[in-house]
Amino acid sequence: MSSPIYYYTLHLADNALVLGHRNSEWTGHGPILEQDIALSNIALDLIGQARNFYQYAARLANGGRDGARSERGREEGRHDGGRRDEERGEGARAEVTEDTLAYLRDAWDFRNCLLLEQTNGDWAKTILRQFFFSAYQFYFYERLQQSQDRELAAIAEKSHKEVTYHLRWSSEWVIRLGDGTDESHARMKGALDQLWPFTGELFIPADYEQALSLKGIAVEIAGLRGIWEERVNDVFQQAQLIKPAASWEQTGGKTGRHTEHLGYLLAEMQFLQRAYPGCEW
Amino acid sequence: MVDTRHIWFLLEQVNDPEVPVLSVVDLGIIRDVREEGSGVEIVLTPTYSGCPAMDVIRMNIRMILLQNGFTDVKLTTVLSPAWTTDWMSARGKEKLKAYGVAPPLPSQQVCHPALFHREEAVACPHCNSYHTTLISEFGSTACKSLYRCEDCGEPFDYFKCH
Repeated sequence: MSSPIYYYTLHLADNALVLGHRNSEWTGHGPILEQDIALSNIALDLIGQARNFYQYAARLANGGRDGARSERGREEGRHDGGRRDEERGEGARAEVTEDTLAYLRDAWDFRNCLLLEQTNGDWAKTILRQFFFSAYQFYFYERLQQSQDRELAAIAEKSHKEVTYHLRWSSEWVIRLGDGTDESHARMKGALDQLWPFTGELFIPADYEQALSLKGIAVEIAGLRGIWEERVNDVFQQAQLIKPAASWEQTGGKTGRHTEHLGYLLAEMQFLQRAYPGCEW
Repeated sequence: MVDTRHIWFLLEQVNDPEVPVLSVVDLGIIRDVREEGSGVEIVLTPTYSGCPAMDVIRMNIRMILLQNGFTDVKLTTVLSPAWTTDWMSARGKEKLKAYGVAPPLPSQQVCHPALFHREEAVACPHCNSYHTTLISEFGSTACKSLYRCEDCGEPFDYFKCH
């Protein structure tokens, strides 16, 4: 399966899964209970969005058929945002499922943006990474709802409501830390220096994005940069933070060329399925 | 011939495992019940993309229908139009409040708040005071946020407008 729509759907799924997994690394380690719960909830939303995209990608890969049966009541589906329940599974065991896509592909097959795989670092870095991406997803999903692909549009409609909370929460934290103590401000500045070079990739389309945006399926992401920067400027102003000058923009994630961090993330996330294939509990 | 009213009646006995006072009908996640061939099709929509209760709900729907002799059941999930708390029944909102969870405000007033735009005052489900403070946007589950009542001092969950 190598069509632009398949790659595009995987790109969207990988974005959500990789950041969802990074956030889940904070579960049980948050600075206070409420924020531990908040970030875990955001992780859950993102992983839920990833599942919706992976299920669609699996159907594309299987020529419209659902993936293999799963006993755990996984959703599987069909077209137009409608999905068929697994237990009426139409017989043959298909090769590709949401699980094989998440757990059995290697780093070079992942098409997530580099920003999302960066390590959690301290709370400031995690917050800033979330803010950059939530602001992006907010405008992105808003537009993807108009996609000619009805399945992607339906997932976007659902996801946009969730991202609204993520954006509000992360914006407030950027301001709280940036306009906080000397220590918190210094940490935000440090996070900004580390993460800024990875933000440009969000707006630089890969081949499959370009091909699909001509058909009205993919979002024309280059056009999102202005409105995204406006939001960032607005929050930064209140946070006493200064946007770094334009510099080299790191790219490659969308076509499978990643930073070293993704391999470590996958090693942990995929370990169980690699060591015990098909294991469920 | 399938009596869909009977199925709706049965669905009222399937509860949300996270908020056990609400049935799936109260929640407003059942979009349709219809005859399909010799069986029945139930169309449902998730509350949040990652809500872990959905898998359990799907299984429980299948169980209760099986126990009542419906063996040919198809569960179809639709994402669009996206679920909103406006679909929660008035009875469901009353049950929530009695359970100690502040019910969602209507969405035309408060949904999609801009940055730092606070939701309208949420009434304390215990003493009805509007003198309440948001503690955290995210509560014990994705669908709730955490508040504290400044009058009676009780913390409480608010089923947030979505």
